[in-house]
Amino acid sequence: MTLADDRAAAVWDAEERARARAARVEAVARWLVPIAVVFATLGLWQWFVVANEVPHYILPSPVRVWQQLVEDRAILGDALLVTLRITLMALAVAVIGGVLLAILFDQSRFAELVFYPYAVILQVTPIVSIAPLIFIYVKEPTARVLICAWIVAFFPILSNTTLGLKSTDHNLRDLFSIYGASRVQRLLFLQLPSALPYFLGGLRIAGGLALIGAIVAEYVVGTGGAGSGLAFRILEASYRLNIPRMFAALALIAVVGVAIFALTSFVSWLFLRKWHESALRGGQ
Amino acid sequence: MTELAHRTIRPLGTRRKLLEMQGIAKVFNGTVTALQGMNLELNEGDFLSLLGPSGCGKSTALRLIAGLMQPTQGRILWTGGQQKGDLGVVFQEPTLMPWATVAQNVYLPFRLRGQGFDTVRSRVAEALDLVGLSNFHDAYPRELSGGMKMRVSIARALVTGPRLILMDEPFAALDEITRQKLNNDLLAMREKIGCTVIFVTHSVFESVFLSDRIVVMAPRPGRVVREVQVDAPYPRTMEFRTSATYAAHAQVVSEALAQAMGEPA
Repeated sequence: MTLADDRAAAVWDAEERARARAARVEAVARWLVPIAVVFATLGLWQWFVVANEVPHYILPSPVRVWQQLVEDRAILGDALLVTLRITLMALAVAVIGGVLLAILFDQSRFAELVFYPYAVILQVTPIVSIAPLIFIYVKEPTARVLICAWIVAFFPILSNTTLGLKSTDHNLRDLFSIYGASRVQRLLFLQLPSALPYFLGGLRIAGGLALIGAIVAEYVVGTGGAGSGLAFRILEASYRLNIPRMFAALALIAVVGVAIFALTSFVSWLFLRKWHESALRGGQ
Repeated sequence: MTELAHRTIRPLGTRRKLLEMQGIAKVFNGTVTALQGMNLELNEGDFLSLLGPSGCGKSTALRLIAGLMQPTQGRILWTGGQQKGDLGVVFQEPTLMPWATVAQNVYLPFRLRGQGFDTVRSRVAEALDLVGLSNFHDAYPRELSGGMKMRVSIARALVTGPRLILMDEPFAALDEITRQKLNNDLLAMREKIGCTVIFVTHSVFESVFLSDRIVVMAPRPGRVVREVQVDAPYPRTMEFRTSATYAAHAQVVSEALAQAMGEPA
C-alpha cells in the first residue's frame, strides 16, 4: 500500500476481474500445491512399495518409516537434540564471529589484509579434509563438531556482512562527514543498518551450512556413545541394515533443515518488512 | 514557527559577508583542473545559483565549501570561523536512510550531535511542517513519491537552522510539474526562515526564478565567467515566470552561458 493510494470507484472490467481471480487462486495455491505434491509423492511411494512387495530392508514404505520414527523416538529424539544443539551453537558462534570479524575488517584495512587470506583458505578447503586434524588436536567431542560446523557456517556471514558494511550510499557517507559524525556513529547509524539485508542473506545460507557442517563432522568423527547426533545414528543404522531407521533419521534432518531455513527467513522478514524491497511483496 | 531560526533577508548590497572563496583551484589526479582561480563572496541572505554545463566545476565548488575536499590552491574563509552545524546539504538524490522513518531521517543531524530525539521533537515537527509533510512523520521513504522524498531531504537540511544550505541540483531528477511546485515552495520556505542558499543547477530558468545572484561558470578548466543579479523582489509567484523582467534576465543569463560555452549568442 502506498500513501498515494487513491480509492477508485467500484468499477470492474473483465480484465481486472480475471486478474483479481488469479490473485485469489495464487494465494491459496501457494500453500496448497507444495503440500499436495508432498502427499502425492508419499502416496505414490507407499503404493509402489505395497504393490511390488518391496522388502523394508531395501525400501521401506512411508508408513513403515513413520512407525520406525515412533518406535525409535527416544534414541532419535536424543540424537535430534544433539544435532540441533550443535547446529544452533555453530550458527550463533558463526554470527558473532562473522559479524565481529567483518567490523574489524571494515575498521582496519590492515587487519583485512592480514586475516582475509586465512578466512578464504578455511572456506575453500573442504571441511572433510580438515576434520580429521581437528579430531586429533581437540579432545572435547562437542567442541570438535562445533569447530567443524563453525568453519563451514561463518564464511557467508563474514563475506556478506563485509560487503554490506562497504555498500553504504556515498551521499549518505558525505552527509555523515558534513555533520562531523564519529567512526562509531558512522558504524552504528549508517553502516550496520546498510549491512543488515546483506547479513540476513548470509544468515540464511549459514543456517543451512551449519547443519551440513554438524552432520559432516559427525560422519567423520565416527565415534558413537550417548552424545551422538542424527548423522551417527544413520551410520549406525546402515551398519545394522536398519534401513527404516536410516530413513527416519534422514527425515528428521530434512525437517531440521527446513525449520532452520524457515526460521532465518522469518527473522529476515521481521527486520526488513518495513523498508527493504526484498521483504515487500509487489509494492502495491 | 518559533524554534527554527528566523533571519531577516536584507536587500542586495547591504548584506553581511558569510564566506569568501579566495583564488580557489582544484586539480584532480595532478592533471585534471576542475576549478581554477575561483573568487566568490557569499553574503547572508543570498540565494546564489551556480549555473553552468556539466564539467564546469560547480559541484566541485560545492564539495569544497562543504569541506568534503580540500582546495589545491586558495582558501575558503567563513566570517567568524566555521562551526559544526553551519551547513545543511541537499543532494541530487534524496539520500534518505531507507530503514528510518521520515521523522528519524530529519532528526539525523541532531542525533549525530548527540541530542536525544525528545529534546528536538518540536524542531523536527516544525521542519516537516515547513516542507508540508506534517502527516508523514512515521512513513518510510519508500512510501513517498520522489518530490516528497526531496522535501524530507530539505527538511533535514534546514532543521538545525544552519547558516548556509547547499543544494546540488536537487530537483534535476524530478518531473517538470513537481519541480515547479518545489521551486515555489522552496522560495516560500526561504521567506519564512530567511536562509542563505547556494544552489547548483544547469537550468537557466530555474536559476532566474529562484536566485538573486547567478554565477555563470564555464568548463575546461572550470571557472567563473560572469555574475548576473536578479533584482526582482520576493516573494516571486507564478506571475513572475511570465513577466518581462524574468524573460530579460533569462536572456542575459542564456547569453552569458552561451559565451561560456564558446558559442555565438
